[in-house]
Amino acid sequence: MSEITSGFIQAIDLIVSLDPEVMQIAALSLFISLAATIIAATISIPLGGLIHFYEFRGKRIVIVLIQTLYSVPTVVVGLILYLFLSRSGPLGVFGLLFTPEGMILGQTVLIIPIMTGLVISAIGGVDRNISDTLISLGATGFQAIVQVVREARLAILSAVVLGFGRAISEVGVAMMIGGNIRDATRVLTTAIALQTGIGDFPFSIALGIILLLIALVVVIIMNLITSGLSFESQVALGGPRT
Amino acid sequence: MIRLEGISRQAGRKTILESVNLEIQGGEIFAFIGPSGSGKTTVLRLIDLLDTPTTGTITIDGTDAAASNAVRLSLRRRMAMVFQKPAVLNTTVSGNVAFGLKFRKVEKSEIESRVHEALDIVGLLNLADRKAVTLSGGEMQRVAIARALVTRPEVLLLDEPTANLDPVNTDLIEKLILAIHKKFQTTIILSTHDMIQGQRLADRMGVIINGRIAQVGSIHDIFYRPQGRDIARFVGIDTILDGVVESNEGGHAKVSVGAAVFEVISPHNPGTKVALFIRPEEVTIALKDGDLPRTSVRNQIQGTITRMVPFGPFVRTTINFGSHLTALVTRRSADELSLAVGMPVIAGIKATAIHVLVDGV
Repeated sequence: MSEITSGFIQAIDLIVSLDPEVMQIAALSLFISLAATIIAATISIPLGGLIHFYEFRGKRIVIVLIQTLYSVPTVVVGLILYLFLSRSGPLGVFGLLFTPEGMILGQTVLIIPIMTGLVISAIGGVDRNISDTLISLGATGFQAIVQVVREARLAILSAVVLGFGRAISEVGVAMMIGGNIRDATRVLTTAIALQTGIGDFPFSIALGIILLLIALVVVIIMNLITSGLSFESQVALGGPRT
Repeated sequence: MIRLEGISRQAGRKTILESVNLEIQGGEIFAFIGPSGSGKTTVLRLIDLLDTPTTGTITIDGTDAAASNAVRLSLRRRMAMVFQKPAVLNTTVSGNVAFGLKFRKVEKSEIESRVHEALDIVGLLNLADRKAVTLSGGEMQRVAIARALVTRPEVLLLDEPTANLDPVNTDLIEKLILAIHKKFQTTIILSTHDMIQGQRLADRMGVIINGRIAQVGSIHDIFYRPQGRDIARFVGIDTILDGVVESNEGGHAKVSVGAAVFEVISPHNPGTKVALFIRPEEVTIALKDGDLPRTSVRNQIQGTITRMVPFGPFVRTTINFGSHLTALVTRRSADELSLAVGMPVIAGIKATAIHVLVDGV
């Protein structure tokens, strides 16, 4: 019991004193996961739109496949990427294994399915009458698509935020592609796993708290987004009429 | 002018529309009337070039709409459609109204003045900056109309424009439609399941039943001379009697319906099987033992009241004379005559008020 208590107290001390190593690990985590989120979003949003708007053979199967990949184990993604990125692998020449760039690539691959899937649902959630209305108002196919995607903007944004949540909290890719190298590829999750293994509880607890704080911020952002939605409907009920 | 030739539309194996041939003139108000699910929305969507027909051609001012996507877009941009359930986009009211102009890449200052004009016409200037999703149903419908209007369409398509509205808003929208027609001479094509609304708004009507255009004509034609039993029932003719022409003297024919004989105006020869169509408001009721009014009412049919159903300020009264006949009596006269089920009465119908069709239609 005293181990937990003292561990906790020392952890708070590490955070409050802005311990350089703790801060460096947290910053690297944020950097890698944010980068992966941005790259995944630039791919997932157009891809989701494409899958939603274009009819093609096997569309249902593609969507089911994407949904299956929502819960792909991170270690499986890690394994496959490892095989590709290792010296003898097809992408070995780029030397990405055990680098932050490799981790960004890994997390991007990891979160593209969930982001794409949620973008498809987000766009699919836009009233079908909206696209009819736009076409009827003289929109070209492209103008209509842009407008429908805009209409789904809040739901798309929450898809992106959820993708970030999955990226920052995963450990498999970070461990297998990053390798948990101190001052180079050590991120929050891998550090917690390692430091706990060697009995450095205060350090692990400190990183755990930071990770939870990040999760909290993500939840707050999500709530702000959705309350943006509900604020509009509240105006509908009681807002001024002028 | 819009011409539909041999149009059919199938969704999967289901035929929604079949062999539709129709011409709609520039500047007229044309109403498609018909029961729910008869294909009215499908026709409007085809005319607006949102969907493509399975067979047949649509030409607009002589241009075949199927020519190319570019042709479809440019033709579609001369029209605008208001849907039954108005969908507003998640932006302000003026933002919603501006879409059609933005898609056409109209100058910003021009957009502003035309949005202002359109909102003024529908009476929503005071709500210009409101979030459109916060509006009431009637207001949303007016936004949808303003949004369609702002592009100055030559053809305005309205799908059941008042189906989801209360009577006050319905009245408002109907007045608005007529005002728009008067101001811009827009060709207006609307659909409604409410034949009275069709009557209030349209120059001509097309009755759609089960995916076919059953009859096209003036309101008077359709109400008083329906070309079939389905149409007759839809326009509120509850009495359809099967009979045989007994004699015909210069167009004044006697038709026997069971034991009763009706005098009608009809060219058909004796022996012809016919159907008689009688609108309920054309039937008057007198007491059997009272003095028969000396009128030009040629048909005085004796019968017994079998059913009385309140219908607003009227009472639908069914009379059995061997067959059944329905009369629409005002509540006041029903009270004055103390009409009641089981009472013997005389139903009076003018010969000219009976519409006759050769049976088998």
